[in-house]
Amino acid sequence: MRYSGFRVLAEGLRGQRGWAPVWRDPEPKPEYDVVIIGGGGHGLSTAYYLAKTHGITNVAVLEKGYLGGGNVGRNTTIVRANYFLPGNQEFYSHSLKLWEGLEQELNYNAMVSQRGIIGLCHSDGQRDALARRGNAILAQGDDAELLDRKGVERLLPFLDFDNHRFPVYGGLLQRRGGTARHDAVAWGYARGADRRGVDLIQRCEVTGIDIEGGVVRGVQTSRGGIRAKKVAIVVAGRSSQVAAMAGMRLPIESHVLQAFVSEGLKPVIDNVISFGMGHFYISQSDKGGLVFGGDLDFYASYAARGNLPMAEHVMEAAMSLMPMIGEARVLRSWGGIMDMTPDGSPIIDKTATEGLYLNCGWCYGGFKAVPASGDALAHLIATDRPHEAATKFRLDRFATGRGLMDEEGTGAQHNLH
Amino acid sequence: MRLTCPFCGTRDRREFTYRGDAVGLSRPASTEWGPDWDDYLHNRDNPAGETRELWYHDACGAWIEVTRDTLTHEVAGSRPVAEARR
Amino acid sequence: MRLEGRGLVDRDRPVRFSFDGTDYHGFRGDTVASALLASGVRLMGRSFKYHRPRGVVTASSAEPNALLTIGSGAGQRPNARATMEEIFDGLETRSQNAWPSLRYDAMEVNDLLSPFLSAGFYYKTFMWPKRAWEALYEPIIRRAAGLGALSGETARDENEKAFAHCDLLVIGAGPTGLMAALAAARAGADVILAEEEARAGGRLLSEAEEVGGLPGVQWVGSVLGELAAMPNVRLMERTTVTGAYDQGTFGALERVARHVREARGAPRECFWRIAAKQAVLATGALERGIAFPGNDRPGVMQAGAVRTYLHRYGVAAGKRVAVFGNNDDAHRTARDLAEAGVRVLGLIDARPGVEGPEGIPTYAGARVTGTWGRMGLTAIHLDGAGAPRQLNVDCLAVSGGWDPAVHLACHHGGRPVWREEIAAFVAPEGAVPGLRPAGAAAGVFDTGGCLADGVRAAGEALDGLGLTAPDVPAPEAEAGGYRVTPLWQVPGRGRAWLDLQNDVTVKDVKLAARENFRSVEHMKRYTTQGMATDQGKGSNVNALAVLAEATGRTIPQTGTTTFRPPYVPVSISAMGAGASGAGFAPERRTVSDAASRAMGAPMIEAGLWFRPSYFPRAGERTWRDACDREVKMVRGQVGVCDVSTLGKIEVVGPDAGAFLDFLYTGTMSKLAVGRVRYGLMLREDGHVMDDGTAARLAEDRYLVTTTTAAAGQVMAHMEFAAQALRPELDVALTSVTEHWAQFAVAGPEAGRLMATAVDEMPELAFMGCTPAVICGVPGRVFRISFCGELGFEIAVPARYGESLFRLLVSQAEALGGGAYGMEALNVMRIEKGFITHAEIHGRVTAFDIGMQGMMSTKKDFIGRAAATRPGLTEDREELIGLRPVGAAKAINAGAHLFAEGAAPIRENDQGYVTSNCYSPTLGTVLALGFLRNGRARHGERIVAEDGLRGHRTLCEVTGPVAFDPGGERMRG
Repeated sequence: MRYSGFRVLAEGLRGQRGWAPVWRDPEPKPEYDVVIIGGGGHGLSTAYYLAKTHGITNVAVLEKGYLGGGNVGRNTTIVRANYFLPGNQEFYSHSLKLWEGLEQELNYNAMVSQRGIIGLCHSDGQRDALARRGNAILAQGDDAELLDRKGVERLLPFLDFDNHRFPVYGGLLQRRGGTARHDAVAWGYARGADRRGVDLIQRCEVTGIDIEGGVVRGVQTSRGGIRAKKVAIVVAGRSSQVAAMAGMRLPIESHVLQAFVSEGLKPVIDNVISFGMGHFYISQSDKGGLVFGGDLDFYASYAARGNLPMAEHVMEAAMSLMPMIGEARVLRSWGGIMDMTPDGSPIIDKTATEGLYLNCGWCYGGFKAVPASGDALAHLIATDRPHEAATKFRLDRFATGRGLMDEEGTGAQHNLH
Repeated sequence: MRLTCPFCGTRDRREFTYRGDAVGLSRPASTEWGPDWDDYLHNRDNPAGETRELWYHDACGAWIEVTRDTLTHEVAGSRPVAEARR
Repeated sequence: MRLEGRGLVDRDRPVRFSFDGTDYHGFRGDTVASALLASGVRLMGRSFKYHRPRGVVTASSAEPNALLTIGSGAGQRPNARATMEEIFDGLETRSQNAWPSLRYDAMEVNDLLSPFLSAGFYYKTFMWPKRAWEALYEPIIRRAAGLGALSGETARDENEKAFAHCDLLVIGAGPTGLMAALAAARAGADVILAEEEARAGGRLLSEAEEVGGLPGVQWVGSVLGELAAMPNVRLMERTTVTGAYDQGTFGALERVARHVREARGAPRECFWRIAAKQAVLATGALERGIAFPGNDRPGVMQAGAVRTYLHRYGVAAGKRVAVFGNNDDAHRTARDLAEAGVRVLGLIDARPGVEGPEGIPTYAGARVTGTWGRMGLTAIHLDGAGAPRQLNVDCLAVSGGWDPAVHLACHHGGRPVWREEIAAFVAPEGAVPGLRPAGAAAGVFDTGGCLADGVRAAGEALDGLGLTAPDVPAPEAEAGGYRVTPLWQVPGRGRAWLDLQNDVTVKDVKLAARENFRSVEHMKRYTTQGMATDQGKGSNVNALAVLAEATGRTIPQTGTTTFRPPYVPVSISAMGAGASGAGFAPERRTVSDAASRAMGAPMIEAGLWFRPSYFPRAGERTWRDACDREVKMVRGQVGVCDVSTLGKIEVVGPDAGAFLDFLYTGTMSKLAVGRVRYGLMLREDGHVMDDGTAARLAEDRYLVTTTTAAAGQVMAHMEFAAQALRPELDVALTSVTEHWAQFAVAGPEAGRLMATAVDEMPELAFMGCTPAVICGVPGRVFRISFCGELGFEIAVPARYGESLFRLLVSQAEALGGGAYGMEALNVMRIEKGFITHAEIHGRVTAFDIGMQGMMSTKKDFIGRAAATRPGLTEDREELIGLRPVGAAKAINAGAHLFAEGAAPIRENDQGYVTSNCYSPTLGTVLALGFLRNGRARHGERIVAEDGLRGHRTLCEVTGPVAFDPGGERMRG
């Protein structure tokens, strides 16, 4: 069923009775060409691009809970391509281009909104670092503008420029950055994959990975064994557990990242604002809620919930940078489980087991990566060669030291990125 | 969250800084890079359950090993790293 | 309508407040909602999506409809619940989300369009043309969305945060909580009793019940009296426990002075972190509605809330009232209203065969199937044998049953447990360690049971505390009597609301099910059910029941969504209290701070420190004038600079040398006493962590310096090495950064200046150190330099620092020199090719900065093994210097390096510029940067491309050291 304004009008007139299920609920088949473990954003987009780009449709996505129930449904919805290290640069650039055509591609309104993202700087040194980043973005072919203090004032007049503990020197603006409606991204890819014949199987937990003679043969699940020629692990938040089923020990430690949304408010914040000194970022959703967050809680956790110290720190940063939102009230907080890697950058790679692929380690950058991650993993599965935008996301880079992408420069401690 | 410093008692989490898995205590003896170093620095069991991990008590400067559950955040105990090494 | 002789408000204290510009009267103890209801106001708000007229539904913090904006300007608070805002003289309130007025709201057009605006319609349209989303659709949607508005002004930072500790936290001061607190307090436990409402008592304030032979309110008073007399009890009214965190930590918001005009020095709100050894969840239960057609009109209220307005506020919610329910509790509303003289036209009980209170027309087995009244209820439609078709009423009290307030018990991810006999989810046991659900929160729905359960929970908590539970008999009270038959929805024509604020109807949930959004999470996210400011407190259970039916599952099979903090919304200004302005982070000031400011120096942040940027003098127009002069002054005469911010760590013990050998790439154990050595510290992953100096003060004592930024990190790193990696070494570490004031004295005249300050200045070779007496004060002198001149650093205990700084500066001025700031220091270190954190930014290796020779191969040190990984030494970007070819105004920091003629694209990127300056010494701009294989490329030409600022400079690649490469000047 194709969605359109006309269709919405027609269904309105006939009492919304004609809408079909957005996806099927198929029983798992005994065998697939490709089994994707994980029905989150990355798994669903991988399935979509496998079917769409490579014509591989005998594919199952196995999800232990509900589709889109992982980090794609629990994030702050930011989309951007403002990285500065090779590897990340070209990948997120590719992703942003895919975001820009996503609604038309999926026939689903994921509400990609290029509201502009502004990162602030608070010293000469930080401005130099932002300039370095901005020039890298330009070299990649994406957009970036360096703002001085006046430029920031024009866009964000409500910041506390005078009292602020860390005065605003300027900022880096990427106009093409913005936000997207996170659930809709998962649902749009799911619907697109389903329409191309992919089986999306919910409430199906993978309990084992079958490997014979170094070759993957399939998976064991809570709904029985499923044979597969190729298997991809796309389970951010549970990567270490699933990879262990294949005998792997990953360079990942799982951490909790909290985020917050306020009660609905009339529009006050147009852009996405990132306050690096305070580890704080914020945007306002179309519904009116201020969506904001900060840093990791900094201890390993699978609990999908955080504690007060970081929550309060985030509120303090808000009060420091933009006290005009002080009377907004936090409605809800949540915590996502982050695959933290030693350099803060992700992994899309083959494994030592033939036919077994790995997509993990997205730290807290996974949402904006959803389109390109799926595209790149689908390419790798289909061709056994890395996608040109994801050649550096190698699993062995920590062992060799080649192509480390430590954007923060904090080194091989998982929680510091 | 509250943690217990073996020297100072139970304190709010904000007095402490987390480092990582207690594998950090088992530094390889070799000065040559190898798989043991890769495991020491990068690869983790990352259990969803009980884990031993290293924390720094900023207030007194003690490094401690805390046994904690990553699913429930329950803390089973803590001791100075010097004891944990034994 | 106010009823004489009823309610707990203070009739002797009339209060005047305004709503939408009109003045109203109430009494002390009223909320805005009770006072407006007493004045006959039913229309209090508009819904989020369809802008439907709405009135107050609850008498609690779960209110979905009656949201107001309080005050204006900096104190403006949107989305305040009329049910929780206590009135005071002069309080100004306004309706919100309506234009031009609450009664005539233009956006009500959405209601006419509602057939097209079903759940998730926006995912299916607004996709063409491609650019129209941001340009057209989204701006319209954003303007229409949202509830109240912020003023746009800086909010006042008038709240506070605090910590509290107790043996037992009792959450909720209803019958359960009061008994639990009483029992625990009598046992000697430290008790905090937190109550969300303005006064303790819970449902006992809202019912006509007796406890222990006393009217409920009097019994509450007697218990509170006893608790107040006990020093181990702290009653916190107006305090909502908002979240359950780990190890017994709870967040709580106290509305300290929200209910008064003048705070008189008190914070408006206080956000508490309560560390409790044990806790009792006595949060009671929340009433839910029934989704029948037209159930959203002003005048349709919760039956329990109608009783609260009656008994607590002395207000009849209507003049002609009907009651609709599926449980015995609804009967109380009919009974109590009738007893108070309010006309009760009918009790409609969906359960066949039940009997109502005497004298009240009761329609068993009947249902409400429709309502009338655009701005307020005028009539209801009934369906049922023996029931009239229509009743003309202005208030309908509805009870679909009670849902235990399980939220806090589920904040650790535990799921509530379905109990069929009360058709409700109850709080799980043990889901939050130490937290015991009790009373209504645990599904005990009668007062007698709650009193006993409070004693039971307290006893268990006391056990956990190792205290003996006293024998506290629960007083006599009503027992039993709550029977419910689930009724989630009433079919019929017209919309039946679930989530009132977000305008989610039964039809929306069924549409979600039809479209296969069957998971309760999918349904929630697709329809926005439960995502409004009340988080679905009065509607979630109904919604998932509708979903369960639509998908052929039971309610427990369907499950709930996740409960997450906060229980009620908490203002950012409360959780972030104290952080506005300078409060966000500590301000660290050096001993010379005041003196520097007095000299007119602009202070800039260096981490948390403030350091002088430059010291302007008369006639200087720009910072560059001052900076150039200061550089020349140091290179020509002498300058003084406060370097106290550098981290200083004393390393003491017989194994101090061996320990430092392990930390630094170089060897420190061979350093002679009285000597200083530059050192490089790596992280264990082989990248540079920090650089600094180690001075050997004595055989067993070193003083190590770190960069300003890395002082804390290096201290923790060294402690880790000492305690975790090399515990066999006998060494102790002490951070002495704040203990010593330290000043650089540099320039050709440095020796003369030192002689004026130091009593018997000893001969000191380059990289030497010595104890010294400075103006009679024991201190230290180091002969080190970060600017490339003959230089000393002179250290005295911090309390003498300001005096010494003033002395050094005045003596320097007498020698033709003076103080210099960060700008000049930065220029001189670039001239010398010395690196800072602009260069050691966390991704560089010793190899990159040309210090691979400092990596000893004769010993182990942190980072040694990892630094040998192939990727850390091959094909790297290496530190270089840059000079413009020809005249150039700047080589911009942040520019990237490209071969001449190469397109400035990533594939051609050769490196980048880290630091730049104008060198008055050399009369040219200079820069440092990293260039791929740069050490082999000195003399090459390269373009520094700064596309961001439209600037490019053709440069020559040089070594990093531009001035005095042999170092003769600093060696002297």
